Amino acid sequence: MISLEQYIVVSSLLFAIGFFGVLFRKNTLVIYMCLELMLNAANLALIAFSRYHGGMGGNLFVFFTITVAAAEVAVGLAIIVALFRKRQTVEVGELNELKN
Amino acid sequence: MTDVFFYIFATAALAGALGVVFSRNTVSGAMCLIGTFLSMASLFVLLEAYFLAVIQVLVYAGAVMVLFLFIIMLLDVKETAAKKASIYTWAASLIGFGILITGVFAISAAVSIKNKAPTMPEASGTSLKAFGYELFTTYLLPMQVTGFLLLIAMIGVIVLSKKVNTE
Repeated sequence: MISLEQYIVVSSLLFAIGFFGVLFRKNTLVIYMCLELMLNAANLALIAFSRYHGGMGGNLFVFFTITVAAAEVAVGLAIIVALFRKRQTVEVGELNELKN
Repeated sequence: MTDVFFYIFATAALAGALGVVFSRNTVSGAMCLIGTFLSMASLFVLLEAYFLAVIQVLVYAGAVMVLFLFIIMLLDVKETAAKKASIYTWAASLIGFGILITGVFAISAAVSIKNKAPTMPEASGTSLKAFGYELFTTYLLPMQVTGFLLLIAMIGVIVLSKKVNTE
């Protein structure tokens, strides 16, 4: 039988890999995909806790998280497209107007 | 038997996640992410969250990733293979990764969640009827707010992607 700890290990590794990607990559689209990965890792932890604790709260929370994530992806990608239209780039290193 | 499936799908999910981070080509990164989402849906099935597994495949691996691939191909970003990550980026990212992992493992060691057996009450997480019942009684207000949020997101996306007139 798989213990709760193993699910938490997988979930935390996925979250940490997503975090690593957010810090490591320069492409806005890849950073955004890594953010999705982090959201999903949290979902996995919530479902595992819900299963081992014996309640429906975690499952329902994941349902809401998925809905909000879908809305967030739509808005975020629209922002990236608007940014690309204005600047012709998606590299975070070149988007530094606010710096000066 | 479920143990074997757990290890297979957990490995697939982690491999896909590494593929997203390290692939040079954005489209293959998105493909890796689809693989990760499908493996995670399988993990949801192992956790007996069947409805959420279906939602995961439909919404994440389906709608969200199609949107991602559509935008990636629409923007047609030039390859930046020549640009290597600097040593500082590597160091900072690895330190961040290490701190997160250490924190999580320290907490999970302190709380001792090792030998907890699954105690899902019958006909809860598994049945769609229970899901819908909870959604429309206990969680009615969050449900309505989520619907409103989707409406706002839709309007926001329309406004954002409208052609801006530069006078």
